[in-house]
Amino acid sequence: MLDSDARAILRQLQIDPTLTVPELAARTQLTVGKVARRLDKLAQDGVLLGQVIVIDWAALGFAVQVSLRVTLDKTQARAFDEFITAARLVAEVIEIQTFLGRVDVRLSLVMRDLPHYQHVYRTRILTLPHIADIEALMTVASVKSDRALPL
Amino acid sequence: MSVDDLDLAILRALQRDATQTPSELGRKMDLSQPAMWRRIKRLQDSGIIAGRALLLDAQKVGFGVTVFLGVKLATKGRVSLEDFERTVGAIPEVQTVEHVLGLYDYRLRVVARDLADFERVLRRRIMALPGVGDVEANVLLSEERLCGPI
Repeated sequence: MLDSDARAILRQLQIDPTLTVPELAARTQLTVGKVARRLDKLAQDGVLLGQVIVIDWAALGFAVQVSLRVTLDKTQARAFDEFITAARLVAEVIEIQTFLGRVDVRLSLVMRDLPHYQHVYRTRILTLPHIADIEALMTVASVKSDRALPL
Repeated sequence: MSVDDLDLAILRALQRDATQTPSELGRKMDLSQPAMWRRIKRLQDSGIIAGRALLLDAQKVGFGVTVFLGVKLATKGRVSLEDFERTVGAIPEVQTVEHVLGLYDYRLRVVARDLADFERVLRRRIMALPGVGDVEANVLLSEERLCGPI
């Protein structure tokens, strides 16, 4: 578990990952040395995994975002592994999640437009192995997407 | 904005690790530091790079459970979508809110310390929202992000 210093540092970093060590020190009222040591320790312990950019797919020309909820044929022992291995090869897939519940796997896809979606769906998705059922949800708007953890 | 292959290569590299400096990236892609800096700035200014996100191990910071909720509004038309969106967005455990078309009206990503904590969030926060009808929960087991069509 995190102590209050680590929590304070991570809270600030979640708001702005580009903050430098001196900036973090000023905002958390800790010394520069202490912040640097805590950051090293958090990375070492595998708590802090890194930093990535967030791409706005619509700005890049991929205006259609679809979530496909897939139920697999579980009579096939290797259904999960084979489905996921094949789904990774579909370029338009940006996220693969597995679940416990009514849905087995969810694929998140980005496409340029609806004809592009239809093409990908017919040629790349319906050909994936062991699908029992698919439901599609189309994202109309993203209301909140910061993904920050309530530390 | 038009992007070329080099822009896409920069996006791919920063999707893996955004802590790389323009000079490090420039060396890898045979571009001067100022030229790389201008390219990244252009991608940021155009909104293609929407921001930066910290990657944390949710389990290790105490959030053992992530659940996706499909929420259907019970009284469509009578309930204000803005009210629902504002209230649900203010719940700290709710990480993402998407307005969707299909089986559900909204898709929420919710984190909790454990299943008991999730039950608390579900009952006290989510079910108490104005207009909430059917709710379907799926517990996240694994997750991977891919670089996408670039």
